[in-house]
Amino acid sequence: MEPNNLCTVERRGRVHVITLTGAGEHRLGPALLGAIRSAVAASAGAGALVLAAEGKFFSNGFDQAWARTVPLHLQATMEDAFRALVADLLALPVPTVAAVTGHAAAAGCALALAHDAVFMRASRGFLYMSEADAGIKIIDFFAEIMREKVPDAVVRRDLLLRGDRMPAAEAVRRGMVDVAVEGGVDDVVNAAVGEAEKLAARGWDGDVVVEIRKAAWPKLWSKVKDYGGAGTPAVATPRL
Amino acid sequence: MCTLEQRGRVFVLTLTGDDEHRLSHALIASIRSSVASVAAAAASAGPGTALVTVGEGRFFSNGLDNIWAGTSRERLQGLVDALSPLAADLFALPMPTIAAITGHAAAGGFLLALCHDYRIMRGDRGVLYMSEVDIGLPLPPYFVSVLRSKITAANALRDVTLRGRKLKAAEAKEMGIVDAVCPGPAETAAEAIKLAEQLAARKWDGNVYASIRMSIFPEACRSIGIVEESDEEKRKHFASRL
Repeated sequence: MEPNNLCTVERRGRVHVITLTGAGEHRLGPALLGAIRSAVAASAGAGALVLAAEGKFFSNGFDQAWARTVPLHLQATMEDAFRALVADLLALPVPTVAAVTGHAAAAGCALALAHDAVFMRASRGFLYMSEADAGIKIIDFFAEIMREKVPDAVVRRDLLLRGDRMPAAEAVRRGMVDVAVEGGVDDVVNAAVGEAEKLAARGWDGDVVVEIRKAAWPKLWSKVKDYGGAGTPAVATPRL
Repeated sequence: MCTLEQRGRVFVLTLTGDDEHRLSHALIASIRSSVASVAAAAASAGPGTALVTVGEGRFFSNGLDNIWAGTSRERLQGLVDALSPLAADLFALPMPTIAAITGHAAAGGFLLALCHDYRIMRGDRGVLYMSEVDIGLPLPPYFVSVLRSKITAANALRDVTLRGRKLKAAEAKEMGIVDAVCPGPAETAAEAIKLAEQLAARKWDGNVYASIRMSIFPEACRSIGIVEESDEEKRKHFASRL
């Protein structure tokens, strides 16, 4: 598999592992989102998918520096690309596991939650919905991710209205994360891959997985389905 | 009926008198007027304010004024309709809100407490009680919306609405309905104000805070007549801040 300078892909057994590369914040701008979508599309034939990252951050959210450089009507492309990625993940015919190897804030946190399972590094990093602190309003689709994936009203309030920074142990206790993994980045990825292997070994019918997932998060699916998922190309193919 | 004072960055709305603070038209109007003053003051005060609602005496509020309504369905419906805009005022308030539950909060009074972001309750006395099932009254639709929004554990919602369970503070805390329990009314009020000061110190933009609150509880907001800002308007706001 060819690495690009934004993320790499590799196969470990039946698991398709996507790693956001470099020591930076992995800000979700259009380029990185496109690269991740391509990487997700390349998972055909795998039994499960893991999304991980290098460095201190899983992802620190949207690329606001990029947004400053473009007029308002083009900023929507970043949001649309994120919606498309969530659609791709929801429509993926294999189980998905987020390996939250570092801080996951705002869109980065939402991206982790868009996976079927979330493994998180125990010793470092936190989940943080930074919008209240940053003075940014939350659009409906983001709120929907939080409403469906964080159903407890108190947890949602603490996360969104109080901007709590939630480390892994607390996130597990409060039902947002499945497993807090001791050790370093590699340990988190290995644990996530181990879980992904177990899920792949169940041999589930991919179409059924997709239908059940869409039925489990129906409102979220309805808000992203026109942007991505099966049938929508991850990368525009040139016709000339 | 109620008084309003400002202590630094914290607004304190007190339901006065040692009575049941039954939500009559007069009291509802009085509270709404105070809440409107708070919203106006917040606009000029700038980022970093909070509201605490507290009761004097043995009751936070014993609900809508059923005694005045008597057997008149019209009167009762009128009170139900009058409380909904107050709920809307609180859900749309541009600052964190805390209910200092210093006494019993039943039916509409319990609902009023639920319309706040946080609940601090005295542990020595007083219960939270959704009395409708016991007195044979259906729950108004917006009551249900608010209950479903704030009490998300299914068995907790069932206990509150279908069993008419009377919750003491400690039980309510276990069920995620109350955030903190204090020994008595003075401590409850003090803790609420302390929390208010901590939240005010975060210096959140009030409009953004209210917007985020409304995006967390869209069904409750719809049920009480709040029209949420469109995504387009939110994006414009974001762009203006880049």
